Amino acid sequence: MTGAIHITVGQVAGTLVLVAVAVAVSLWQHVDLERDIGIAVIRSFVQLTAIGYVIKLIFDQDHLAFVVALLAAMVLFGALTARSRARKVPHAFWPLLIALAVSGATTLGLVLALGVFEPQARYLVPVGGMVIGNAMTAAAVALNRLGDEVAGSLDQIEATLALGATATQAVRPVLRRSLRSGMIPLVDSTKTTGLIFFPGTMVGMLLAGAEPVDAVRLQLILLYVLLGSVALGALMSVLLAYRNFFTAAQQLRELPA
Amino acid sequence: MSGVLFECDHVAFRRGETLVLDGLTFGIAEGATCIAGPSGAGKSTLLRLFNRLGDPVAGSVRYRGRDVRAYDVLSLRREVGLVPQLPALLDGTVAMNVGFGARLAGKGADVRSALGLAGLDESFADRSAGRLSVGEQQRVMLARALALEPKVLLLDEPTSALDERSKAAVEATLLDLRERLSLSFVFVTHELAQAERLADRIVWLDGGRLSARPAPVP
Repeated sequence: MTGAIHITVGQVAGTLVLVAVAVAVSLWQHVDLERDIGIAVIRSFVQLTAIGYVIKLIFDQDHLAFVVALLAAMVLFGALTARSRARKVPHAFWPLLIALAVSGATTLGLVLALGVFEPQARYLVPVGGMVIGNAMTAAAVALNRLGDEVAGSLDQIEATLALGATATQAVRPVLRRSLRSGMIPLVDSTKTTGLIFFPGTMVGMLLAGAEPVDAVRLQLILLYVLLGSVALGALMSVLLAYRNFFTAAQQLRELPA
Repeated sequence: MSGVLFECDHVAFRRGETLVLDGLTFGIAEGATCIAGPSGAGKSTLLRLFNRLGDPVAGSVRYRGRDVRAYDVLSLRREVGLVPQLPALLDGTVAMNVGFGARLAGKGADVRSALGLAGLDESFADRSAGRLSVGEQQRVMLARALALEPKVLLLDEPTSALDERSKAAVEATLLDLRERLSLSFVFVTHELAQAERLADRIVWLDGGRLSARPAPVP
């Protein structure tokens, strides 16, 4: 690396021209997204600025307790966000919280144990954020699909239960499809990495002046780490959440209207 | 055949805010019993309680003198088979579907024999379940339940999705099964004529309660 690059507020403000293009397209084509674009721009500015200061504080302290607290907060907000995508799954919060926590802890624990990264805030915070964020997206997609699939397969699930199948046996095809839905986006984007798009970490490192080979290697590490965390997040959330559709007597609960 | 199969003791069942069964008390003897009544009377719900796909919110359901909740639920469902109103087969071949329940129970299934009992010949075994007509799927559902060698069959409007010819064939199959296997049936139908053709006795439900047999329409 040739050193970190510095971005001025003026440079950030300059990119608002492209936001104006987005607003103009929305107005011109009557897409009715101007308000949403405005909210997105303001929220991204406020949220990223705030998290920037938090990360700076944690980097300055370089104390693992602060890192763990920040990652725990990410897991909590991730579970709350994903729950809103899984409205058809009863009591989805706890399965999501456990799935994100286990997925984050296992993945980070493994990369530390393998010596891929040093146990320092400047590695753990960004990598932890990516791991938890991707696991959250995968778990949300998987549970969203699970809710739709169960609601759409009630007759088949009950017919299978009526044959003496357990809830797990009756819902197995649904679990398989839900898990697949959660994992496919990252698997597909990993397949096309370098051909159709350059992932964020690599772009960031290249912009910051890193050697392309280093940028590629770090990006590969992150992609493989994310594959693992996404698989764990989707799997655990689905396996923990499907039970909430059933009673202890292997009966389907009545779904909320 | 005179033993008591099912007894309902002040059974109530609620779906959401709606009271679907309202304090039902009656018994069903071995043999063939029809549950008849208008739509929304609670007929299908009652079958689900016999198979323990649901539990009453009040009262109890007994099978051969024991509360259904005292049985191992999976064993009860294998002994008291339920064939739902609409076909709901799994992706795969007919043979895979027919053998599914038996495999779960850890025993082999005589798929061809089960198909034969349901009025389907061997050539159906390797066909894709999704490509069958509704009538054929309904028969595969019947074969799937029979492959478990149940003692009682609960049939929810077994011919509602069928044309007249298929309906007559399924009715003949049910009468034949009763003759050959000494199976007891509890079935739901809207059709009085079918009830009289197949059943030893008819239980009338209306609004979740027992009701008198409606007067014939002049």
